[in-house]
Amino acid sequence: MSETDYDQIVQLLCDRLADLSKTSEESISPETNLITQLSIDSIKLLGLIMEIEDAFDISIPINALTDIQTVHELAELVHKIKSAS
Amino acid sequence: MNLLEKLDAAAAARKSLLPDGVGAFGIPIEEVYSATEARIGDRRVLLLGTNNYLGLTFAPECIQAAHEALDKEGTGTTGSRMANGSYFGHRALEREFADFYQCSGGIVFTTGYQANLGTISGLVGPGDTVLIDGDSHASIYDGCILSGADIVRFRHNDVADMEKRLRRLGERVETTLIIAEGIYSMLGDQAPLAEIIELKNKYRCILLLDEAHSLGVLGETGQGLVEKTGLLKAVDFITGTFSKSLCSIGGFCVSNHPQLEQLRYVSHPYIFTASPSPATIASTRAALELLRKGSHLRTQLWKNCTQLYTQLKETGYQLGPDPGPVIAAILDTPQQALLMWRSLLEHNIYVNLILPPAAPEGKSLVRCSVNAAHTPEQIKYVGDTFAKLYNLVKS
Repeated sequence: MSETDYDQIVQLLCDRLADLSKTSEESISPETNLITQLSIDSIKLLGLIMEIEDAFDISIPINALTDIQTVHELAELVHKIKSAS
Repeated sequence: MNLLEKLDAAAAARKSLLPDGVGAFGIPIEEVYSATEARIGDRRVLLLGTNNYLGLTFAPECIQAAHEALDKEGTGTTGSRMANGSYFGHRALEREFADFYQCSGGIVFTTGYQANLGTISGLVGPGDTVLIDGDSHASIYDGCILSGADIVRFRHNDVADMEKRLRRLGERVETTLIIAEGIYSMLGDQAPLAEIIELKNKYRCILLLDEAHSLGVLGETGQGLVEKTGLLKAVDFITGTFSKSLCSIGGFCVSNHPQLEQLRYVSHPYIFTASPSPATIASTRAALELLRKGSHLRTQLWKNCTQLYTQLKETGYQLGPDPGPVIAAILDTPQQALLMWRSLLEHNIYVNLILPPAAPEGKSLVRCSVNAAHTPEQIKYVGDTFAKLYNLVKS
């Protein structure tokens, strides 16, 4: 998977996270913390994961999310799974 | 933030929802008068928030059986099933469950929660996959986490979504366990079992069905969704609880797979806990007998369910898709749900209050559980009170 793909993932995440957290997309960066900065709770996160799975046609086990805190970490996980698929 | 401060933060969040400290959760029930009435504070209330679906909590047969077991075998086994905690009654109940479901084997667990924990964590492990409905009960989620398997969710009761996820698993479907529930505890709707089994067969997975809420409720003899749909033989493992229609505490798993027996040696929730007390086992055996013969109870239960579901629907409440013993009014905000819950209690009706994240899709629920012992007059009073309070939540 190329760098562009990673960028696409980040772009999609920022777009969806802005919608979920009712904040502007510009205020979200790869370093943004999903919980402390965007108040994404577990229900919202699980819904987001299903959307990402469908967008990239992959399976993201929810137990892989345990250590995910930032947009970058989530994008990296998606990138890794997509690359392996 | 240290560990205690984290708990303080969680407590503050809870208090923001329940500002005057109203005891919506863990409300003390001072006296229980019957399967349908109790005292909360100084109020004699109608119980519409229990899982006593067949109304058997005071069945003389169960009480007598429990008394006799208490006198003969004492208050507790003081040990694990693996050690000194397997009495005649435990083994007899396992045979009776296996017979009830026409299966070759059965295992009794100490709680329904542990039945799911123990079965799931015994069947799958790291490297395997569990495919679960998004609205699964916490015991299913916790069992999956305990197992170490990869957890993939499909959208609630959405078979097309489930197939999409099965397809994505590729060769991993070979070690995938699908889990569904007979009746889902939040909205009271039923799994599309025939379609799920079609996919399970197509992708050659194993299927576990949790009949916790549907045992005693669905099917001629009360086996649950497997009996209602005629698909008993197509399900690999069935779990359930004693704490709803059977009115005690405990859980079970039955199967025709001989490998079920191996769970006794690998399942920590089975091994590392004391076995159910003799009185619990005795009352459960008596209740199972009543449940099997209780078609008249199911007839009355479904009359009551239909009566309340219809009245709430006609009033304008948003409900789950299927009428059944779990009837949840779906409300937009926790504040609406709390107001409704409190107003019902002021009218001497106890129901369950369910707030996010326990309720699906961020909604809040005021959940009624109907039972066979409710009289038509009691059900009418509940329906009329909901109608009277409708303006509180009308959007």
